[in-house]
Amino acid sequence: MTFAHLPALEVVVPLIAAPLTVLIRRSAPAWAIAAAACSFSFVAALLLAAEVAAHGPISYHLGSWAPPWGIEYRVDALSAFVLVLVSGMATVTVPYAWRSIAAELPRDQVYLFYTMFCLCLAGLLGMTITGDAFNLFVFMEIGSLSSYVLIALGRDRRAQYASYQYLVLGTIGATFYVIGIGILYLATGTLNIADLAQRLQHVENLRPVLAGLAFITVGVSLKLALYPLHLWLPNAYTYAPSAVTAFLAATATKVSVYVLLRFYFSVFGLHLVSVTLPMPEILLVLSIVAIVSASLVALYQTDLKRLFAYSSVAQIGYITLGMSLTSRAGLTASVVHLFNHGITKGALFLLLGGVALRAGRTGLDRVHGLGRAMPLTSLGIVIAGLSLIGVPGTAGFVSKWYLVLAAIEAGRWWLAAFVVATSLIAVAYVWRFVEAAYLSEPDERTPEPGEAPLAMLLPAWLLVAACVYFGFDTSYTVEAARRAALLLLGAAQ
Amino acid sequence: MTSMLLHPGLLLVAAGVALGALRGPARTVVALAAPLAALAIVLASPDGAAWHGHYLGLDIVPLAFDRLSRLFAFVFAVMAFGGALFALNQPRRLELPAALVYAGSAIGAVLAGDLVTLFVFWELMAVGSTLVIWSGGTPQAYRASLRYLAVHLLGGVLLLAGIAGHVAHSGSTAVVHFALDAPAHWLILAGFLVNAGAPPLSAWLPDAYPEASWSGTVFLSAFTTKTAVYALLRGFPGTELLVWVGLFMVFYGVVYALLENDMRRILAYSIVNQVGFMVTGIGIGTQMALNGAAAHAFAHIIYKALLLMSAGSVLYATERRKCTDLGGLFRSMPLTTICGGIGALAISAFPLTSGFVSKSLISQAAADLHLQWVWLLLAAATAGVFLHAGIKYPWFVFFQKDSGLRPPDPPLNMRLAMLLFAALCVGLGIFYQPLYALLPYATDYVPYTGAHVVEQLELLLFSGLAFFVMLPLMRRTLTITLDVDWFYRRLGPMLLRGTGSLIAIAAAATRGAVAGSVGRLAGFVLRFHESDGLLARTWTTGGMALWMALLLAAYLVVYYI
Repeated sequence: MTFAHLPALEVVVPLIAAPLTVLIRRSAPAWAIAAAACSFSFVAALLLAAEVAAHGPISYHLGSWAPPWGIEYRVDALSAFVLVLVSGMATVTVPYAWRSIAAELPRDQVYLFYTMFCLCLAGLLGMTITGDAFNLFVFMEIGSLSSYVLIALGRDRRAQYASYQYLVLGTIGATFYVIGIGILYLATGTLNIADLAQRLQHVENLRPVLAGLAFITVGVSLKLALYPLHLWLPNAYTYAPSAVTAFLAATATKVSVYVLLRFYFSVFGLHLVSVTLPMPEILLVLSIVAIVSASLVALYQTDLKRLFAYSSVAQIGYITLGMSLTSRAGLTASVVHLFNHGITKGALFLLLGGVALRAGRTGLDRVHGLGRAMPLTSLGIVIAGLSLIGVPGTAGFVSKWYLVLAAIEAGRWWLAAFVVATSLIAVAYVWRFVEAAYLSEPDERTPEPGEAPLAMLLPAWLLVAACVYFGFDTSYTVEAARRAALLLLGAAQ
Repeated sequence: MTSMLLHPGLLLVAAGVALGALRGPARTVVALAAPLAALAIVLASPDGAAWHGHYLGLDIVPLAFDRLSRLFAFVFAVMAFGGALFALNQPRRLELPAALVYAGSAIGAVLAGDLVTLFVFWELMAVGSTLVIWSGGTPQAYRASLRYLAVHLLGGVLLLAGIAGHVAHSGSTAVVHFALDAPAHWLILAGFLVNAGAPPLSAWLPDAYPEASWSGTVFLSAFTTKTAVYALLRGFPGTELLVWVGLFMVFYGVVYALLENDMRRILAYSIVNQVGFMVTGIGIGTQMALNGAAAHAFAHIIYKALLLMSAGSVLYATERRKCTDLGGLFRSMPLTTICGGIGALAISAFPLTSGFVSKSLISQAAADLHLQWVWLLLAAATAGVFLHAGIKYPWFVFFQKDSGLRPPDPPLNMRLAMLLFAALCVGLGIFYQPLYALLPYATDYVPYTGAHVVEQLELLLFSGLAFFVMLPLMRRTLTITLDVDWFYRRLGPMLLRGTGSLIAIAAAATRGAVAGSVGRLAGFVLRFHESDGLLARTWTTGGMALWMALLLAAYLVVYYI
């Protein structure tokens, strides 16, 4: 019985957990509730993924109202994979937050962090699982509003300005999205995603629909920080509390990529997007600019959090680059990089949280000789950095490999060379950390020898281990990505 | 299939990592035992022994033994042992562990049965060798190690792009003979050639190797270029382009070694020169030539290590590296002098040394195919090698004027390492049959025919005569360092009719022009990306919103037209 309602519970449990933490108003029980809710979501996501892999997509009718009138929750190969990533990252982040948030927030605000965290999780999971375009907007707003609050909780006062900027821009983005949905609703009379896809094929006058697509594209592009709409991201990641940065970097942009994939391939379809419109070309150009420009900016940063924030913008470029190839191999690369980059960046930001705790800040001038002061943390950053570069034996290599194969398959040799060559910029910015941590002598700003608390180090190292594990055993990630790519292309034809 | 429990390369890598934590006698034992254990595994593994696995949906063979891979793995293990013995008293703690990782990854690369494994070890090798250079400890060594790393990462990128392309087209990761018919194969060739020190990037080698410590350079001389030779032997035998690439390297090495004053830079240029002989042999591509390339790689590793050990001993004892600052050391360093001399004779392919029995195979292969020009150029280059490495290096370092230095021979472990390698040089020269038996193709070639020995001796003696005829002239000009430089620029033209200095001038001019315009463009682009550049600044909220509006407008326009 409960098993049948698992798709609803996946979202509802963290959603209910949020007000519970407010009612209790104490940090320890709030933490326990959040941890329980996240773990539940993770287990449920794994069960759903197994179910989808075995028996195909699940369609759940909320309140037993059949679509297209009622709201449908739809779990398929792609959404199940994203659900696992998001809920898994939340489950890793909450134990980490216990010490990290306690150190960064006033005691009486700690429980509010868990409230917002549960809301944010519910929003992101809801965006992923829902099969209804307007419901997606609602969850997008839940996730966004809570993430504005989460970012504003940062100790640095600039966090509030970063949050304010993200709020303004995020709201414009969400508005663009809802305008786009409105136009689609006018043209087709439905909000259900599968139904939209059906009816769009019979729409005579495409002009308004294309305007809708433009609004949706720009709105979602902002959310996923696609160049040049990434400008809110560096500050938000830099000044947010460490746990928030790690969670958002690993999940929020990835869910937005998922939404874009859905609209391009499931709703509008490959033909409209790539034949009628020059979407692949636009995406390709933006991705290339993102990769080169953001990587170069990262190279010059003096703060590690900011450095890796810009690196995120570049890595999102690799994801959209795979999308722009609109082939099976390209989408596989895109989806697998979505996952691999999620765990890699999650690991990096969790480790940097430990550095921030011990050194006060994450400037490159604070980590001189960190290899000796915090050996495990430094080693973890280097391993995750290798995965970011795409060194064989790490998760990052797997995604780069498929991306290169996809480029070659498309006959674009220069693109394959470009992908590998730009990894060298990543080598350079990761090297800046190595140089500071291992090749410089400790000075008075280096923290005293001693690691971050175990409650922070363990979750971080769990993700570091995942970076290596998924670099060797690709059966789960690549298989899931391949099924997701087939689904997207199958729906498009 | 024989199942082997241990991978000799990984064993060395693991030992290298463990060595980082060890001190005292345990460190000595592990450093010496690990290469011997790797050697034992290599010798005990039969042809065809292999590991099989799957990665990224590809069949991979992380370990595969055949005649060719065993030959290289064997000499690499011997080299790791000799190098470790020589480096035991190196006070820098990072160097020996890094060197063992480097040696282990080189063994892993030659034992790789597929391209993916080859690439992984290829990159690990770049990291290990960079750390060895960096262990030199000087600011110059640090900068050189970064330049070195940059070149090798570039080579790795070319290689990876090529491998990916090859796999995408053929679906196979096996290391096969690549025809130059697809961009992927050109990329693979380029990746291999970067590591071999081929033009136009030859300069990384003499730039970086002499900056390592007195023991580090010994390791460096052996693995990177010879792994590339191995890879070329596998992938591109008989590719005619390689004949010309190899000949270019041969003369590049000779000319620059003759112009050089730093003793270890002389030897570094001569690595390019010697690898050129091997690459030429691979380009010729007959069984005899390929045997020659493999045998020459084997012999070269031993005698070049010996030469660099003797140079390292001098550096260790005197802390001087310029020929002009040295001289007359034979009085107090007799053993180093003798060993250096044996190495010098071996590199010059003097009969009864290992260089003679290996280089003869390549020359003979050229002669068999009636490639007159190739044969003639190789013979001329042999004379050139004798000039720079065979006479110039030992003469200026150990003899010539008395520099007044009276340092003793180095400590016992360094002496033992030199004696071991000197014995190998002579032993392989006299008893060449065991080496020939290890070669990839069966051969009944006999290097010691009367005609060949006489011809080689004539060649060497006349070039030696040329050197000593010039000697009075040298004594006079060697008093000032700048003059030495000027002098070699004059001696070079005497041998090569001016090509040496012309190449140098042309290269400097092109480099200046290219660097100028590229630098300006790069500066312009980078200004936007610096920490306060336009693209890295925090924008105003309005500015960001404006971007959104612009982008929306752009999309709408694009969709409507």
